[in-house]
Amino acid sequence: MTPPADATFARRLIACLDVRDGRVVKGVNFEGLRDAGDPAALAFRYDAEGIDELVVLDVTATVEDRLALARTVAAVAANVCIPLAVGGGIRSVDDAARVMDAGADKVGINTAALGNPALITRVAERFGSQAVVVAIDAARDGAWFVVCSHAGRTPTGREAVAWAREAEARGAGEILLTSIDADGTLRGFDCVLTSAVSGAVGIPVIASGGAGCAAHFVEVFTRGRADAALAASIFHHETCRVRAVKAELRAHGLPVRL
Amino acid sequence: MIALVDYGAGNLASVRKALRACGADAVEPAEPADLERATAIVLPGVGHFAATASLDHEWRTAVRRRLDAGVPFLGICLGMQWLFEGSDEAPAAPGLGWLAGRITRLPERTPEGERLKVPHAGWNVARVTAVDAGTTVPGLKDGEYYYFTHAYAAPVTAATAATTVYGAPFAAAVRSGNVCGVQFHPEKSGAAGLAVLRAFLGGLR
Repeated sequence: MTPPADATFARRLIACLDVRDGRVVKGVNFEGLRDAGDPAALAFRYDAEGIDELVVLDVTATVEDRLALARTVAAVAANVCIPLAVGGGIRSVDDAARVMDAGADKVGINTAALGNPALITRVAERFGSQAVVVAIDAARDGAWFVVCSHAGRTPTGREAVAWAREAEARGAGEILLTSIDADGTLRGFDCVLTSAVSGAVGIPVIASGGAGCAAHFVEVFTRGRADAALAASIFHHETCRVRAVKAELRAHGLPVRL
Repeated sequence: MIALVDYGAGNLASVRKALRACGADAVEPAEPADLERATAIVLPGVGHFAATASLDHEWRTAVRRRLDAGVPFLGICLGMQWLFEGSDEAPAAPGLGWLAGRITRLPERTPEGERLKVPHAGWNVARVTAVDAGTTVPGLKDGEYYYFTHAYAAPVTAATAATTVYGAPFAAAVRSGNVCGVQFHPEKSGAAGLAVLRAFLGGLR
């Protein structure tokens, strides 16, 4: 393993709160949702445990729920003083403004950006590139990584690396890259996918999907060349503590905020 | 009255919330003249340097007058960068010129030639270089992690109170008398960040 070039810049650990009807839920392979708790309470716990950042993802994103989401975001933001990204159903600058006003620091755009890539630029012009996270859900298809829309259900025909590059050119500040194949399996991140995308863009890439133990994080930060790694279920169910993951990363020479 | 200046560059709500968590209620001045009543000025900001163009001649004059009067000032991220002469990010928008130097883009390679992601988004360590209490930013702790998100940074100069390394060292915090600035976001840096805000406010009482 090559030693990190920048000895103090921390590898980020991000906890994702998939929210439906004001509750945290978590599924396997994008389906089969289970209840996992109150978002504001979980956010507070993660902050206390040393999480570096939070993502609130609205997994229903109907019109009524989107209004409820603003309340959830405000409740989470009131409980922590660390960066907070919010995604799910963001289709316009107005949608982005609603979650930013509620206390988000960044917005995640996924399906809407695929249908209307100019949205990335418009949100970046309004809030700055640092506030724009383009979320990419990718699935393996032979040798290819195909970008899927609509919560991973619809293959788009776009290739993940090409789409990540386009998102960067249009003003994205970060890429949140989820492997649909790995998500919820607890068998590890897709390091091939992560490395391909991270090596192709100049902006940070957050790896998501598949985390099952501390060793998986070490793997995605080294072999996968990820800038940050996101997990949900293993943190929610306390299978794997934030601090334990950070201790493992540090033991492998990776800087962390402990 | 603690003035929290709104010039349309984002994150005002986060900074207000963090100030409140430190026991201070900040007021947004509606016009430059309102700064006359300010006992402290906080200039937040995040995003593109061009946004500072909203701070027009009247605002600049009003801020300068208060800085000359010795009113404590804290610039955050873009609010700190604005204290310098200008930025390569928006050459047409002049900075306040209170501090010497120019804001430049972060390097995209390390001295060893390895690629660096820009923006510098995440937690990094501040090394306090100030030699005494009069030249440091209150509450700043050597070796502590703070949250950064920026693609441009201030050079290391005589006003630098702390440095952070991302490819090369840049000014993570600046101090010149009553004027303080931090490149990181104290409102997003957990307990370490709140300690900086609390110390800044503590100096006012």
